[in-house]
Amino acid sequence: MSFVLTEDQEMLRETAMAFAREELSVNHLRALRDAGANGKDAKTRQKLAELGFFGVIIPDEPGAETFGLTGLGQILEAQGRTLAATPLLQTALIAASAFQLGGSPAQQAEWLPKIAAGEVTFALALDESAHFAPYSVSTEAERNGQGYTINGMKKFVPDAHHADMLIVVARTFGSSGDRHGLSLFLVPANAKGVTISELKTVDSHGAAHVTLDDVMVADGALIGPADQGADILDPLLDRAAIGLAAEMLGSSQAAFDMTLEYLNNRKQFGQLIGSFQSLQHRAAKMFVELEMTRSCVAAALSAADEGKRDLAELASLAKAKAGELVHLVSNECVQMHGGIGMTDAAEPGFYMKRARVQEALYGSASWHRDRYARLAGF
Amino acid sequence: MAYDNAEQLEEFRLETRKWLEANCPASMRTPMVDDEVVWGGRNATFKNPDSKLWLDRMAAKGWTAPEWPKEYGGGGLTRAEARVLEQEMRRIKARAPLFSFGLWMFGPALLEFGNHEQKLRFIPDIVKGKTRWCQGYSEPGAGSDLAGLQTRCEDKGDHYLINGQKVWTSYADKADWIFCLVRTDTSTKHEGISFILFDMKSPGVEARPIQLISGESPFCETFFTDVKVPKDQLVGRLNGGWEIAKRLLQFERSSISSSGFGGTGSLSPEEYAKQLIGTDESGRLLDGDLRARLADHRMYAKAFALTVQRQTEQAKAGQAVGHTASILKYGAAKMNQDRHELLIEALGTEGLGWAGEGFDKGALRVTRQWLRSKGNSIEGGTSEINLNVIAKRVLGLKDHQ
Repeated sequence: MSFVLTEDQEMLRETAMAFAREELSVNHLRALRDAGANGKDAKTRQKLAELGFFGVIIPDEPGAETFGLTGLGQILEAQGRTLAATPLLQTALIAASAFQLGGSPAQQAEWLPKIAAGEVTFALALDESAHFAPYSVSTEAERNGQGYTINGMKKFVPDAHHADMLIVVARTFGSSGDRHGLSLFLVPANAKGVTISELKTVDSHGAAHVTLDDVMVADGALIGPADQGADILDPLLDRAAIGLAAEMLGSSQAAFDMTLEYLNNRKQFGQLIGSFQSLQHRAAKMFVELEMTRSCVAAALSAADEGKRDLAELASLAKAKAGELVHLVSNECVQMHGGIGMTDAAEPGFYMKRARVQEALYGSASWHRDRYARLAGF
Repeated sequence: MAYDNAEQLEEFRLETRKWLEANCPASMRTPMVDDEVVWGGRNATFKNPDSKLWLDRMAAKGWTAPEWPKEYGGGGLTRAEARVLEQEMRRIKARAPLFSFGLWMFGPALLEFGNHEQKLRFIPDIVKGKTRWCQGYSEPGAGSDLAGLQTRCEDKGDHYLINGQKVWTSYADKADWIFCLVRTDTSTKHEGISFILFDMKSPGVEARPIQLISGESPFCETFFTDVKVPKDQLVGRLNGGWEIAKRLLQFERSSISSSGFGGTGSLSPEEYAKQLIGTDESGRLLDGDLRARLADHRMYAKAFALTVQRQTEQAKAGQAVGHTASILKYGAAKMNQDRHELLIEALGTEGLGWAGEGFDKGALRVTRQWLRSKGNSIEGGTSEINLNVIAKRVLGLKDHQ
């Protein structure tokens, strides 16, 4: 396990940080929101493609070195700092990983170069209820003569309102809650029978409910073997949770930095409010939590790149810690800004709204605590 | 990780492995038991004779202090080599040969601030475990506000004369020498403090153990009445002791946090909870609320361990974060206290015994350790003081104007 970035990863991090700072500030998100874009941002997608950010974990040729998930984590952390709405988590991380973990050679040859070039975007359609429960899938894919017919409903799917392709988790065997019997399907978002109902979400990133009504796909749409989709889904969701945790670390760091700056500028009773010990101690405790979460995220990213056996534990650790951290820091950011923190003109509210979405996606802190305990045998 | 001399390092690893295999007695490869810990010193006791053998062999190579200069009896190893030694010791589960405030706190400070003669005189005996040191810092009126200390040290021409009282002096009743903060100028606060060394056998020194809530007496009240100290035992410059004191506190906080306060050896809180509360058919603890808090604690402990590892690696790569000692000391205290509260909760009435029959021996030990752990957020800088250090030195928050 390594906690020190390579020179290349370090450069990538700097590029990503500068890009987020200069082109994807919170004001950019605010402008998108006010224009009703709901997280859709074709120009940014184009710039991300030019920077090569979609292909960070995809080798130029088979077997070549990449920046790894650690590299992609740096970009996600950078975009987390400014709350940027980009397709990177769904496409550059989740879709690329899905093909790498379970795709056939033909699927990999077809899709990975397109992902790397930023030519196609994806959304993972998994959840069917208001809470993350990856095996609770009722959406059915029934075998027909030429392939499968899919029927079901997916809730709050990130990026589904602008993605070109969906990766739909459906049941080919058993019943909701069973680990066995899941399968992953590649479905064009504009396929016949797919209805995308766009959602306006609290974080201004948007999402969509997806209805699948007699959607026909060919056998070639299956990613990995039928019924055994959980073998792909488990590590895929671990990677998603780790990537999101990196983003959350960035959001927490930015909200914390903003709060610190306010503490060092705002005066009351003739004193900087940051000189009050009750606020100093709360800031110091947040900093300790930040440092600890940073270690967990770095360890999880590195474990994913090295294919470590304790990946599941570290993924749950990183997502739970990042969830608790971003919750704490976003709340304190509003509180310590006082009345200003309650206004739409200031930024703390943006961080708090995005934080709750980050916390809920791919397992809340309590979901991951439960899994951590299970993995530890109690 | 890239070393310029990866080959040499590998060679060092093989040699070290061979040497450890040949020289580490079998009983020194078993988990440490409380009464076999070696603290060294003039009155050292070795309940297990192997522990003396192990100490002497390691000390002869300077490997009780692997990175200290050879000139003063240390191992003279590079950081990379010291890490290899540590890994190889861990591989065979070798015990630490010596526990010592000299190794953890005083030695590193003396190497940085002492003169050549002082280093030659004191460092080798720390490495060999021949001198046991204690720390004269806190006073009845100077705890968190350490710089308020009043123990007087007067210049009497050819010697210094010390009068005053220290408190919370760890193992003062067992130590041979003391490194001590004294007041050499009463007209100013921080700039009137000096750092001085003297023999605990000097006339006028008296140490009285303090009984704690845990029933143990690791700390003493220490009294100094007209104690004469030779002038060459002052470290650094007269009235320049505060800088040394602060640096030494960093070493202290680091050593406390890297040890995680010890307190292992008993079962984990999860194990006790499973035994005493029970699990459902899928193996989940029946008390769901306790289970969540146990998981939370386990995660905190893992995050803490990863942070120690990350900061060590980053320091090696020259990317040190300042004042990590305060961050880690704060986290270690919280972690250890949470762990012991969870242990006591999981044990239920099994954890409420004091002595004698009717209680599991391990549980009785946990009860004492739980009480002892309450000191973790007080000793070596309270948690509140550590939060102050983080707020001011790391985050740059200002004092009241």
